[in-house]
Amino acid sequence: MVSVLAVDLPYWAQSLLRVLGGLVAVLLPAGTIVYVFLFKMMSFMQSRLGPMEAGPYGSMQLFAEVGKWLQKEDIYPERADKFIFKLAPLIVLASTFLLVVVVPFGPDAWFTNFEAGIFYALAVSSVSVLGILIAGWASANKYSLLGGLRAAGQLIAYELPMVLAVIGVVIQAGSMNLQDIVLAQNAGSIFGWDGLGNPYVLTQFVGFVIFMIAVQAELTQAPFDMPIAESELVSGYMTEYSGFRFLIFFIGEFATAGVFAMIASILFLGGWGVPFAWFGWTDMDSVDNWMNIVGPLILFTKMMLVVFVVMWVRFSYPRFREDQLQRFAWKVLIPISLVNIMVTAILKVAF
Amino acid sequence: MTMLTDRQQLSYIAAQAADARVNLELETEGMTLNIGPQHPATHGTLRIIARLDGEQVVWAEPSCGYMHRGYEKLTEVRTFPQVTALVNRIDWLGSFANEVPFILAAEKLMGIEAPARAQHIRTILFELSRIANVSLFLGDLGVQLGAITPVFMAFRDREYVLNLIEGATGGRFHPNFDRIGGLKDDLPAGWIDETRNVMKKLRRFCDEIEDLLFGNEIFQSRTRGIGVIPRDVAMQYGLSGANLRASGVDWDLRRDQSLPMAWNKADWKVWTHNDGDSFARCWVRLQEVRESTKIVDQLIETIPAGPVMTKVPRIIKVPEGEAWVATENPLGEMGYYVVSKGDLGPFRVKIRSASFNNMSITPWLLKGVYVPDIITILASLYFILGDIDR
Repeated sequence: MVSVLAVDLPYWAQSLLRVLGGLVAVLLPAGTIVYVFLFKMMSFMQSRLGPMEAGPYGSMQLFAEVGKWLQKEDIYPERADKFIFKLAPLIVLASTFLLVVVVPFGPDAWFTNFEAGIFYALAVSSVSVLGILIAGWASANKYSLLGGLRAAGQLIAYELPMVLAVIGVVIQAGSMNLQDIVLAQNAGSIFGWDGLGNPYVLTQFVGFVIFMIAVQAELTQAPFDMPIAESELVSGYMTEYSGFRFLIFFIGEFATAGVFAMIASILFLGGWGVPFAWFGWTDMDSVDNWMNIVGPLILFTKMMLVVFVVMWVRFSYPRFREDQLQRFAWKVLIPISLVNIMVTAILKVAF
Repeated sequence: MTMLTDRQQLSYIAAQAADARVNLELETEGMTLNIGPQHPATHGTLRIIARLDGEQVVWAEPSCGYMHRGYEKLTEVRTFPQVTALVNRIDWLGSFANEVPFILAAEKLMGIEAPARAQHIRTILFELSRIANVSLFLGDLGVQLGAITPVFMAFRDREYVLNLIEGATGGRFHPNFDRIGGLKDDLPAGWIDETRNVMKKLRRFCDEIEDLLFGNEIFQSRTRGIGVIPRDVAMQYGLSGANLRASGVDWDLRRDQSLPMAWNKADWKVWTHNDGDSFARCWVRLQEVRESTKIVDQLIETIPAGPVMTKVPRIIKVPEGEAWVATENPLGEMGYYVVSKGDLGPFRVKIRSASFNNMSITPWLLKGVYVPDIITILASLYFILGDIDR
């Protein structure tokens, strides 16, 4: 992120840049996703227009909503454990910020170039479970409690297929560093033809599907939205939250959707890169510097495509039942992903 | 109980097991969950008290009366023509259908009959309110199960039917159009062509919903085998309407009794289903909407000429006597037992509404199911709060 500017900055300025970059990298995708998909795409799917008044085509609606939430009274239940109750949404949002740390946006545009990047990402993504669980418990509400427990069971169950789906990619790329995974896909070739690079969505298609299903469950979007389940649990673990605490949950939900979609596009769709053969690049050092500007846009586009699929499923499918969800994870997804790992490993040795 | 399928037996055993577990294992603390009175799944203010073991329901009981408006009592201080304005509000989604049995009962007491044209138009409006009611159910079903899109399609297409009702009666929700001895008005010009188009749209809507919802595997896994009501249990609890037909009982008051209405002039079918589960109930309702569009299509082609109002006195006094008339309303059997003492208004009216009896099976049905299944079962039983509490 810093070397992009090609000037020497003092340490405090670098840190400030990183913080601002992190805010942009989390909030910009979240806002775009909410407007494009939640407000507009959902409305068009449901034969209505969605917000049209605030700004052109309602594009300022989100700011209006944020303003509304910020003005609301900060209500908490009388018997709630107040400290934990207030802490919970922050933990959920913090896990999103921790996730974005390892996402590479360009050849030099990253926050940290962490060797075990994907391992770290999968680890910190489960921090949000903690926030959700204590939100459910601290609310002192039976619906919240049921929602929190459901969320805990679900997120832990779907962590496993997600990790197993990623292992296939890690075996193929030979690295856990997200930057190396991007490099391996874009500099790779399919049977000697390098016009497309080697995006792992082709070779790891099973892994991609499993990863997307697990992401859907991790984000608690329909058909896996039992922790929220409006028609059953009112609003699940968020029932008692209002005002800006609800806003934080809301941002957390869609920012996490964005970051998970970025990670999915890095793992399977080639991330920020274009196939290197197009410009005659061979490795990371030969990539032109302008990719630091174009790369984030490419990643953003791929992210929007992935989120589109997530939201498309969300708006059209009914919800599973909790036991069906667990059965699906343990009896279907995990065996398939184990077979996928085995096949990948055998092919890796064979070729 | 006789003639149980394997699935029905399993669900019964599960219920017994859940009971036994709480009784046997020590240190098990049940949780009492109040679903409602304010809850998104209860379309109003129904309260279900459920004792849970984990997420499994051990015991559940509906608690009604949060929206009781006392219509039975209110009718005693109204004149006969005024009562229709009240009973409109019982099943608020199919308002016109609520007026018909009351008017028929009053006509029966007075010994008059509406002209053939009025009977025809009454039947058409009755079926339109059935469509308006049940098509919203089909969309709402999706919401209860977590699919948010179908409800908007339902609202979109229900709007056409409401426009028709508004065009004919002047009221979208509460037409108050039925009069003792006929109807308030004749149909407006162009209404029949419009109806023809709308029925086509409604049939397309049914196909869409069947594709989008009924064909969905998640929907099927959520509804099939959930909330199984065996045939004899359904009859013991006095279920009616689609809930009864979904349990395999071929019973439809439109066909099975002769009222001065025009149903027997159209060619249509009563659908039944043998499973008795939530899916069967939803499926039977979907077929009912289709059959209703067929009835309307056939009846609008054969509306007889003539007046829409027979000769009735300006001030209606109903002679002394008692009458019971029930019709097959969108939610099931709805009947009025009217007692008249020869005054301007009824002496006593007993309203038998379908949802109240349909709800009575919930304590039996909810035993042993999971919390999400409560919602599925409530949605598939399809009640309207006004119809429960009156």
